[in-house]
Amino acid sequence: MANWIPLWLHKLGSPPIFYRFAGVLRPWMLALAVLLGAVALYGGLVLAPPDYQQSDAYRIIFIHVPSAWMSLFIYGVMAVASFIALVWRIKLAEVVAMESAPIGAAFTFITLVTGSLWGKPMWGTWWTWDARLTSELVLLFLYLGVIGLYHSFEDRRQGARAAAFLAIIGIINVPIVHFSVNWWNTLHQGSTVRILGPSKMSGDMLWPLLTMMAATKFYYLASLFSRVRVDLLAMESGKDWVRQIAEREGRQ
Amino acid sequence: MNPTRKRRLTIVLLILAAAAVAIGLTVFALQQNMNYLFTPSQIQAGAANSYKTFRLGGMVKAGSIQRSSDSLKVTFTVIDANGKMPVEYTGILPDLFRDNQSVIAAGHMDSARFIATEVLAKHDETYMPKELKDAMAKAHEGKKVDEAEHAAADMGSR
Repeated sequence: MANWIPLWLHKLGSPPIFYRFAGVLRPWMLALAVLLGAVALYGGLVLAPPDYQQSDAYRIIFIHVPSAWMSLFIYGVMAVASFIALVWRIKLAEVVAMESAPIGAAFTFITLVTGSLWGKPMWGTWWTWDARLTSELVLLFLYLGVIGLYHSFEDRRQGARAAAFLAIIGIINVPIVHFSVNWWNTLHQGSTVRILGPSKMSGDMLWPLLTMMAATKFYYLASLFSRVRVDLLAMESGKDWVRQIAEREGRQ
Repeated sequence: MNPTRKRRLTIVLLILAAAAVAIGLTVFALQQNMNYLFTPSQIQAGAANSYKTFRLGGMVKAGSIQRSSDSLKVTFTVIDANGKMPVEYTGILPDLFRDNQSVIAAGHMDSARFIATEVLAKHDETYMPKELKDAMAKAHEGKKVDEAEHAAADMGSR
C-alpha cells in the first residue's frame, strides 16, 4: 500500500480492528441519532410556524427532504466504497458498499412514499413522470439491482465485485437526480436549501431540517456499523479473531 | 501502485467515462422530450404544434377563474411573461389552485382554447411563516404579477 495513507487508516481497514472500532462507536451514533431526531421532530412538528402557502401540510418536509439527501449521500458512499473494492480488493470496502445498499434503498423508498403523500394534497397527484420523480425512482431500482446482483452469486466476494460495478455505473444518476429540477421543467420545485448562497426557508423552519439531516447521518452510521460487524463475522468465520470472539461470547 | 491495481484502475475509470458519455448523450438527445411542460408563449410560438396532448404551465391570471354554477366546469387563463392561454377544465382542483398560483394542466388544444383533463398546482421552493410573507408582499405590492399582466396585454394588442 502506498505510504501516503496514514497508518491508522490502513489499520482500520483490517476486519478485526474495524469490528472493534464499529462496536465502540455504534451505541454513541445510535444515541445521537435518536436524540437529534427527537429534537428535530419536536422543532419541526411543534415549534416551527405553519407555511404561508401550504400551512401545516409542509411539515412532511422534515422527513421527506432528509431522506432524499440520504438516498443520494449513501449512494455516493456506496459508489466510492465499490470503487475502492474493485481496484484495491479491500474486503472492508466490499462489505461497506454492499451493506450500505439496503439502508440507501430504505431511504429512497421513504423519500418516494412521503413525496407521494405530499404530492396528492399540494400538487393534486400521487405521482407524475417528471424528471425529478423519475430519476429518484431509477435510483431505487439501482439500489435494488445492486442488492439483487450481490445475492445472485454463490461466492459472495464475486457477487460483491459484480454489484460494485453496477454501483459505480449508477453514480451517473446521482447528479441527474440533484440537478433534474434545474435542467428540465419539472412539477417538483427547485432546491430550498443551498450550500452556496442563502436558503429559501426561514430560520425557524430551517434548523429542524438541518438537525434531522444530522440525525439521519448518525442513524446511517449506526445501522451501517451493526450490519458491517455481522457481515465481517460471517465472512471471516474461519479466522482466529472470530473464533476468539465466539469463545469469549460463549463463556459469558 | 502495482501494475495489477493500475490496470484495474484504468479499466474501471475507462468504463465509467464511457458510460457517463453514453448517458450524457442520451440525456442530451432527450432534452426536447424531457421537458415536462410548455408555457403559453411557447405554444403561441408553435413549439407544441407537433403534440396532440401536452402539458401547459404558467400562472393563473388573477380574477380570471370562473366556476360554473351547475357543474364542476371551471375556466381560467394561464399566463407567463409574454403569453396567455384560456383553459377549460371539468373536475376537482387541488387545494393550492388560486389566483397567481403556478399550475400545470395536461390536455389538448381546441381551436384557441386549451381543454385540460388534469390540473396540478406547482409550488415554489420557498417556505416561510405567513406573517413574514405578508410583510414581504407589502414591500413588493405584487410587482411581478403586474409585470406579467402588462406583458400579456402587450402580446394581445399586437
